[in-house]
Amino acid sequence: MLADNRIKTVTSLEAAPAELPTKGRSLWRDAGRRFMANKAALTSLIVLIGVVLFTIVGPYFAKWSIEKVDWSVVGNVLHAGAPSLETGHYFGTDEVGRDLYSRVIQGTQISLLVGLVGSAIAVIVGTIYGAVAGYFGGRLDSAMMRLVDIIYSIPYMFILILLLIVFGRSFIMLFVGIGLISWLGMSRVVRGQTLTLKNREFVEAAIATGSKPRDVIFRHIVPNLLGIVAIYATLLVPEMILLESFISFLGLGVQEPNTSLGALISEGAQTMQYGTYWQLAFPLVFFITILFTFFFVGDGLRDALDPKDR
Amino acid sequence: MIQFILKRLAVAIPTLLVLIVVSFFLMKMAPGNPFAGEKTVPQSVLDNIYARYGLDKPEWQQLAEYIYNVVFRFDFGPSFQYRDRTVNDIIAQGFPVTFTYGAWAFVAASVIGIALGVVAAVRQNSWADYLSVGFSIGAQVVPNFVMAPILVLVFTLWLRWLPGGGWNGGHWSNVVLPVVALATSYFANIARITRSSMLEVLGSNYIRTARAKGLPGWKVIFGHALRPALLPVVSYLGPVFVGMVTGSVVIDLYFSTGGIGQAFVNSALNRDYSTILGITILLGALTITANLVVDVLYAWIDPKIEL
Amino acid sequence: MAPVLTVKDLSVRFALHDSVVTAVNNLNFTLEAGETLAVVGESGSGKSQAFLALMGLLAKNGSVSGQALLGDVDLLALSKTELNQYRGRDVAMIFQDPMTSLNPALRLKQQLAEVLVLHKGQDQKQAETSAIAMLERVGIPEPAKRANAYPHQLSGGMRQRVMIAMALLCQPKILIADEPTTALDVTVQAQMLDLFKTLTDDFGTSLVLITHDLGVVAGVADRMMVMYGGRPVEKGTVDDLFYDPRHPYTLGLLHSTPHIAKRAERLDPIQGMPPSLENLPKGCSFHPRCAFAFDRCLAERPALTALDNGREKACFHEGPMRYGKVA
Repeated sequence: MLADNRIKTVTSLEAAPAELPTKGRSLWRDAGRRFMANKAALTSLIVLIGVVLFTIVGPYFAKWSIEKVDWSVVGNVLHAGAPSLETGHYFGTDEVGRDLYSRVIQGTQISLLVGLVGSAIAVIVGTIYGAVAGYFGGRLDSAMMRLVDIIYSIPYMFILILLLIVFGRSFIMLFVGIGLISWLGMSRVVRGQTLTLKNREFVEAAIATGSKPRDVIFRHIVPNLLGIVAIYATLLVPEMILLESFISFLGLGVQEPNTSLGALISEGAQTMQYGTYWQLAFPLVFFITILFTFFFVGDGLRDALDPKDR
Repeated sequence: MIQFILKRLAVAIPTLLVLIVVSFFLMKMAPGNPFAGEKTVPQSVLDNIYARYGLDKPEWQQLAEYIYNVVFRFDFGPSFQYRDRTVNDIIAQGFPVTFTYGAWAFVAASVIGIALGVVAAVRQNSWADYLSVGFSIGAQVVPNFVMAPILVLVFTLWLRWLPGGGWNGGHWSNVVLPVVALATSYFANIARITRSSMLEVLGSNYIRTARAKGLPGWKVIFGHALRPALLPVVSYLGPVFVGMVTGSVVIDLYFSTGGIGQAFVNSALNRDYSTILGITILLGALTITANLVVDVLYAWIDPKIEL
Repeated sequence: MAPVLTVKDLSVRFALHDSVVTAVNNLNFTLEAGETLAVVGESGSGKSQAFLALMGLLAKNGSVSGQALLGDVDLLALSKTELNQYRGRDVAMIFQDPMTSLNPALRLKQQLAEVLVLHKGQDQKQAETSAIAMLERVGIPEPAKRANAYPHQLSGGMRQRVMIAMALLCQPKILIADEPTTALDVTVQAQMLDLFKTLTDDFGTSLVLITHDLGVVAGVADRMMVMYGGRPVEKGTVDDLFYDPRHPYTLGLLHSTPHIAKRAERLDPIQGMPPSLENLPKGCSFHPRCAFAFDRCLAERPALTALDNGREKACFHEGPMRYGKVA
């Protein structure tokens, strides 16, 4: 270990002058270069863009809507409802004869939307909450963080289920429920980062020149948090998708005829005993692809933006 | 030690109270009426039912009585849906089932996960290392509600080794799949956390000191490295517990094990508010207790935290 | 008398992702019973790696060749299990950073006692009693109470005392101290060196003091070995090397050391940087920084050659050296 470091230090000292940039490179451009060099992350990003494009372009090729029941299939889903180009059910049909291609596309759209909205809420609420707590410190900080601790230690899934039951199932309620908890982790991360930033010279300088707390937070601290916020937001997307799928799996997610990947997986899992494996396979492939790519992109972002913190 | 626990309780108890109050008023805010059936019920009958369940009293009094009963008599009141059963009955029926496979899953995930993580760190780039790394990547995208159907597909439909559902009084063959489905992703995460933390510790100066003393390899690992390496693992056990409690809902539904998760969803769909409330509070209390235990365990392992 | 340790042709190599770096190159030296040998050099000179190799503590990508005879046992030929009998018992080592060298999760008495249980076969209670006695010897106040403490409850100086106690528990033949005072306050440094001197004298232990600080060497060591770029460049008694250095690098080191007694003198540091081990200069590895280098130094590597009084040096330059501007 030691030897390794020492040798590296020596070589890097030697090599340093040659590598000095001729013109200033921004942190972000540097990170972009590192990200591009990361094959797993880059591949994931391309696949992810492909999936998103598919959800946009895919519907134009659909021959069936999400709710239209193909009566020719009903009663014989195992054979007539199998994936086929002739019938126009590219991914087959579900148990009641609806086109799975359209439904998977819609499910993917909704899962992605849930992920994006959830992490958007986390970015806005969590960043401000964490930055305020970290910046002001003291009692305000401990009170704010204690609240986060308390919410964290409640099994939120039950509260969320409770909310969905009490206020009825709807998109709004789902987003509210997800938004209620998604920002917790983000606020902790941001607070920790703010605490270190607060003691940096440029922030102290801003305070010393009499800037208002609001200006210091938004002009000096938040811009420097963007890297870590971006990493966390990316990693939060799959978590939110998982959460929504879980709720949908329980039958408490979006309402019929709308669907999401979690709901489709749930239906597919119940019917696979009849041999209609495609009903599980297609939503599962999309689900796993999305999660995988987001994890790898998030990981790649982390390595690119924070290379020493591996 | 006692002071530490008391301090933690000072946070835990208000948390629990908040949980009770929030859930209670959520229930009260719910539209619809748990007793309104398909036929219109005469007002006099409704009044009767209300009186029987204490719903004619002002809400704050209902809340106070509810808290009193829960805290001092461990009585969650009658079920709104099943006339002849109390919430305690429902919990007493479902809880042992959930506890059985939940405890197995928790123990299996921790013990096997830690063991695999340690082996992977000590024998870097061996099969155990690749297994744990591969597992932890895969497990991130295979939540329990995906794992469960896959397990059933393989072990029930294809291999016909294990039943795909039911509880059968807790016969081992019925317990295996729920345990595996619930434990897999946590097992993989624990292995990953153990591995990276163990690697960090093994590269530390104090492990070099231990080696310089001439201690045999196993003593260096178990006597010196394991305990500090377990710190991040222990702090992950809290989230594992919460995750498993939540996951039990899926397991109960998918495997029809008849655990407390099934009772929760059934009562949710039937608007059996007192049962929902009871189960939420019970599981909330359990979670808070588990977090407390994890904190104590953490402090016990890390001498820098004064108990 | 036969030396306690004879090192022959010791080389240490590290495999990097696409190359192999030689950190120590054909090192030969002997260590006499009871003497103190100072090994001096800049970072990257290979001084620490040579001794970590003896202890079997190289990083995973490191490999070692040569011989290290402790009596008639070759430490480098032993298996890990066999080596464990000697490390901690016959050869002990103390590291640079006392803050991180003790296990934060174990009480001091556990960390001390296990050495005695392991090597002396004492039972736990006996071992703890001996450990407390040793803590007292290294100057830890209230040793019985401190033995129950965890490392984080002690200051850096105290922790280094504990490390010394731990290393001396089995009264080893050799104690290797790798920059033992670098991380400590100056006042504590002096106390620590004093402690080393007394204890090694008492136990008849030979001390190897790895350091970059000639001030440390002056008070404690009998002989010294100066290393540069993985090779020894000069060896001899401390007095000889201090008052009559024969290698330009030794001379440079001496002039880089601040001296309180000679206030007026300006420091004259060695120019340039330590060489990259991956890419050592041809010829004498010191020549790019050497004020006395001539064409031979660029083409040929000087071998270590014997001089009078048991001294050795690896340099082509003959005759007197004056530091500063070349005459």
